[in-house]
Amino acid sequence: MQFFFEVLIGGLLAGVMYSLVALGFVLIYKASGVFNFAQGAMVFFAALTMVGFTELGAPFWLAIALSLVAMIILAFLTERIVLRPLVNQPQITLFMATIGLTFFIEGVAQLSWGAQVRALDLGIADEPIEWISLNTGMSISRFDLVASGIAAVLVAVLAVFFNKTRVGRALRAVADDHQAALAVGISLQRIWVTVWIVAGFVALVTGMLWGARNGVQFALTFLALKALPVLILGGFESVAGAIVGGLIVGASEKLAEVYLAKYVGGGGIESWFPYVLALLFLLVRPEGLFGEKHIDRV
Amino acid sequence: MLPPLRRGSRPLAHRLDSRFRGNDGPYMLYREAGQFRTTYAEDQQLFPIRQDRIVAILFLLFAFLVVPIASVMPGLDRMIDFQYWYSGVLIPFLIFALAALGLNILTGYAGQLSLGTAAFMAVGAFAAYNLELRLPGIPMLASFILAGIIAALVGIVFGLPSLRIKGFYLAVATLAAQFFVVWALQKFGWFSNYSTSGVITSQKLVIFGYAFDTPMKRYLLVLAIVALMALAAKNMVRSSIGRAWMAVRDMDVAAAVVGIPIMKTKLLAFAISSFYCGVAGALYAFAYLGTVEPEGFNLDLSFRVLFMIIIGGMGSILGSFLGAAFIVLLPIFLDLSAGTIERGFGLALPSGLVSNLTLIIFGALIVFFLVVEPLGLARMWQIAKEKLRLWPFPH
Repeated sequence: MQFFFEVLIGGLLAGVMYSLVALGFVLIYKASGVFNFAQGAMVFFAALTMVGFTELGAPFWLAIALSLVAMIILAFLTERIVLRPLVNQPQITLFMATIGLTFFIEGVAQLSWGAQVRALDLGIADEPIEWISLNTGMSISRFDLVASGIAAVLVAVLAVFFNKTRVGRALRAVADDHQAALAVGISLQRIWVTVWIVAGFVALVTGMLWGARNGVQFALTFLALKALPVLILGGFESVAGAIVGGLIVGASEKLAEVYLAKYVGGGGIESWFPYVLALLFLLVRPEGLFGEKHIDRV
Repeated sequence: MLPPLRRGSRPLAHRLDSRFRGNDGPYMLYREAGQFRTTYAEDQQLFPIRQDRIVAILFLLFAFLVVPIASVMPGLDRMIDFQYWYSGVLIPFLIFALAALGLNILTGYAGQLSLGTAAFMAVGAFAAYNLELRLPGIPMLASFILAGIIAALVGIVFGLPSLRIKGFYLAVATLAAQFFVVWALQKFGWFSNYSTSGVITSQKLVIFGYAFDTPMKRYLLVLAIVALMALAAKNMVRSSIGRAWMAVRDMDVAAAVVGIPIMKTKLLAFAISSFYCGVAGALYAFAYLGTVEPEGFNLDLSFRVLFMIIIGGMGSILGSFLGAAFIVLLPIFLDLSAGTIERGFGLALPSGLVSNLTLIIFGALIVFFLVVEPLGLARMWQIAKEKLRLWPFPH
């Protein structure tokens, strides 16, 4: 039983990381209806830029600030070059445009900073906390706990931003109804830039946490793919859904790996289990746990 | 009694008219005036315009006769490296065109976005290998066809969710196919006859006792298969089934209302698309690489095929070929130009520059095409033809 809980908690903590990636998706999807496949590439780009500046000798906080500036520039360019000309196109077209954007960002990131794997040290030890392992016998990494803490703070800040600030309210208005938002004088373009900047910020945080755990490398871009089942479980439009979905995916894939793998022929089912889970879930509840219900015949 | 009409006595307007009618004018190469279709058969032919017909026939003659003959001509092979052209350019181009054709049927015509093309190709490749391995004496072509059918069955299974979901959700379903198939092929040694990490080496390509052992022979085989399947696809998309696909793509509710069976249509699109991808995968293993592993059929390959149809043209048979040519040739072109720059300026480009530039150019092109011409190269070709029809007159 203790082992079960250890796996479960490990999975949940890994799920926090998935949630962070999914959060970036949800932000953009809510405000502009764009399914941003490039979120994974943005995570990679942000982390690589951050490490790159550190290697050039910039202090920690300056490197973060400079990376944020890079993400802001990226947001402006994306809005101007990709989104604005594609206004009113079908969602699938925008989705494919973001696949193109993914390749572009990956190329630019590796061209400017090189392709080798970098280590990123945030100064948080990735080792079990003694107090917990002494008292309960479970080993839980300090790093995972700090990461979850950061995720919680991030979600809280975003919640305040969405609910209490003027820009946040405008964002929600755009998400509800583009035309009505335009009618009351909200500039769509400004909102899009804002939301891409926020998503870029989330990408930076995610990239730093993942990068510190697994090294800053190209594999970070595949995070985007793991975020897809998270979104399906949680619903495309819901911040809370992204968090809960991430936790479910993280926990279930670890549990499946440990308890289910021997029935289907061996390990490695982590690679596809979340997708199948999401698929089964789709058949029951296509809008996700917290998504908006669409009446949609297929 | 009226006098009989003599030549030269027609009114001026008639004479002028005959000037415009002919295709023989020096500057009116592409003109369909005067080509009347008087029977249904003529109206329904593949290339109703004579010039298109001629170009198509010339192109096929070139591909089937001129290229092979040129490659066996003594002397020419010193100027052009035909072996490289066959195995490095033409064969992959044709195979990718076939896969793109398959994806185009599903995504371009039936409107179901798929990110799992490579998985269906992998199914085809491994099915053909196992059929040859476990059923000794089975004809190669039969195993290719059966491999396509097996891929089609897998396609139907992963197409089932499309009955309930569409758009991004469906993309996730096909992603599940992508990861699951690659995982299964790696995990279960049976598929690869228990070789390490699932690598298979294809059997010798022998059809009816004739060994396709040189690049030229393999090229001709692939060309024949691709040409036949492209012809079949072209006819499919302009028959009732293709129209049903397009109706479902454009508005499924309306399609259902006019009596198109949605379930059958969608599953058929998945089956036929996967059949094409499966055959492409079998050729990929047998005629192109020879040795393949499950990891080779990764998501990147799926994306490459997707890019082919975006750049080439969604919902266009010609577009699949144009896109495949573009995606196959672009990295080669970039490599060559990088090499030229290195030699020309005597400087060493940093490693990885070209591959990263390729990524950037691919990405930029995707966005460019979606913004400027969402229907891709095929549409540009069509516009060019429209222009040529009027040229040199403005209207």
